[in-house]
Amino acid sequence: MQAIADKDGVKRYLVTLHINGDSYTRVVKANTLLVNFLRDDLDLTGTKKGCELGDCGSCTVLLDGKAVDSCLILAVEADGREITTIEGLARNEKLDRLQAEMINHAGVQCGYCTPGMIMSAKALLTRNPHPTEREVRQAIAGNLCRCTGYVNIVKAILAAANEEVGEGSGDE
Amino acid sequence: MTRPLTRCGQNEVKRGMAMYLPDFDYYAPASLPEACALLAQSGPRAKVLAGGTDVLPMMKKEKIAPEILVSIKKLHQLTGIRETPGNKVVIGARTTHNELVNSPVLQKKYLSVCVAAHRIGNNQIRNVGTIGGNIVNAVPSADLPPILIALGALIKLTGTGGERDLPLEEAFAGPGRSAISPDEILTAVIIPGSSLTGSTYFKFAHRRSGALAVVGVAAAVTMEGEVCREARIALGAAAPTPMRAKKAEELLRGRVVTEELLEEAGRCAAAESKTRTSIRGSADYRRDMVRVFTKRALRKAIKDGHS
Ligand SMILES: Cc1cc2nc3c(=O)[nH]c(=O)nc-3n(C[C@H](O)[C@H](O)[C@H](O)COP(=O)(O)OP(=O)(O)OC[C@H]3O[C@@H](n4cnc5c(N)ncnc54)[C@H](O)[C@@H]3O)c2cc1C
Repeated sequence: MQAIADKDGVKRYLVTLHINGDSYTRVVKANTLLVNFLRDDLDLTGTKKGCELGDCGSCTVLLDGKAVDSCLILAVEADGREITTIEGLARNEKLDRLQAEMINHAGVQCGYCTPGMIMSAKALLTRNPHPTEREVRQAIAGNLCRCTGYVNIVKAILAAANEEVGEGSGDE
Repeated sequence: MTRPLTRCGQNEVKRGMAMYLPDFDYYAPASLPEACALLAQSGPRAKVLAGGTDVLPMMKKEKIAPEILVSIKKLHQLTGIRETPGNKVVIGARTTHNELVNSPVLQKKYLSVCVAAHRIGNNQIRNVGTIGGNIVNAVPSADLPPILIALGALIKLTGTGGERDLPLEEAFAGPGRSAISPDEILTAVIIPGSSLTGSTYFKFAHRRSGALAVVGVAAAVTMEGEVCREARIALGAAAPTPMRAKKAEELLRGRVVTEELLEEAGRCAAAESKTRTSIRGSADYRRDMVRVFTKRALRKAIKDGHS
């Protein structure tokens, strides 16, 4: 990885991240966290910041298809990798099923946990299109919601899974 | 009287703990010798970065301030889980907790390791945190060391001076301190072939997810009919480092297993433990939980094989 030192000796690194299907090449400092890269450098503010210590899951994104906390990943570590954020789910103005079902089932109250919650659910349904309620609860155990009590969130995710089954295809 | 706007005390957020990281240099060497040389030359200023789920929170909380992070993400020989001819299982240090959970080799031979990995943190943490980081971070409550110690695991280390193997139970010097020298990289964890017939890990925590162990107890046994030929018991969050309950093991060896014997082994392990009081539980409570879970772990390892 190319690194250039500025006049104070702080190094900057050239990285390319593939986010929601687009490639972004930027110069970042080593201490730039992925969540801040997304929010501050790319204006992708759908990814939220909560505890910033890996407990709350508000900042969940998919890294090569897996749910991760973007507050605990350096942008330099994500160089060359595929990232999906909440902004990458809707296609041609059409909401992803998970997004639509979160609305239908009132799985959203204040909304702060919603993007992270949906990204964890997306990773689950991609890997396991027929999850049980227990599997849904395990998949979102790293996403804290202080409003809903989770019941409607779990219903929404199960409903989205059932639709995918109904149409007999894993995606879209 | 007006009240001060900020409350002082333990929970007050320290100024500067702004959740942004201080500046540091970052390297991602492409080879193991290069990585070891870099660590040797930088000394205590450098830290290895694996998944970062321990390192980055500690940096945010200003508990550590490394000037250099040496990422091991390009060291591909540190990945993968394989069975070798001597009936060993070799686990690359960069293996994530979810890779342990989903490993067909481990599911077949040592489901107990999958079970322990599945109890760590939450899904996001398990996708990133590694077995190597869980060991080298040397936290007394870490979930993988007890079951790996019970299974007799060794760790493989590479430094500028060459390679060495170390029994995992000798890898810990104190809370947060490993016995690995700063220029060494943990490359693999080896579970040796053995005649153990069963093993299990019980994590006792306040929640099913996202909670550290109040105590963790692992047991591994070799049974011959009703007779216990070999027993290994390893405790987490019960002493400054993960520890074996050797007196309890000794009690079991060569004996016909009865419910009374398991009770006695539990009491013995509790007496050996060096629990302390923390936010998760008092020393007395933890000691009693060592008793309860040692008994349960032994019973399960005896009855259900590697589970
Ligand atoms: C929200 C949250 C919940 C958690 N819950 C649990 C839990 O329930 N149980 C549990 O046990 N842990 C838990 N942890 C702790 C942590 O996730 C694990 O210990 C994890 O395995 C650390 O691995 P890592 O790859 O992220 O390590 P890192 O943070 O990258 O490194 C940790 C330490 O190990 C060193 N290191 C890493 N790899 C190597 C190597 N190959 N060679 C030499 N040195 C190395 C680093 O220099 C550092 O000192 C939790 C953490 C968070 C943030």
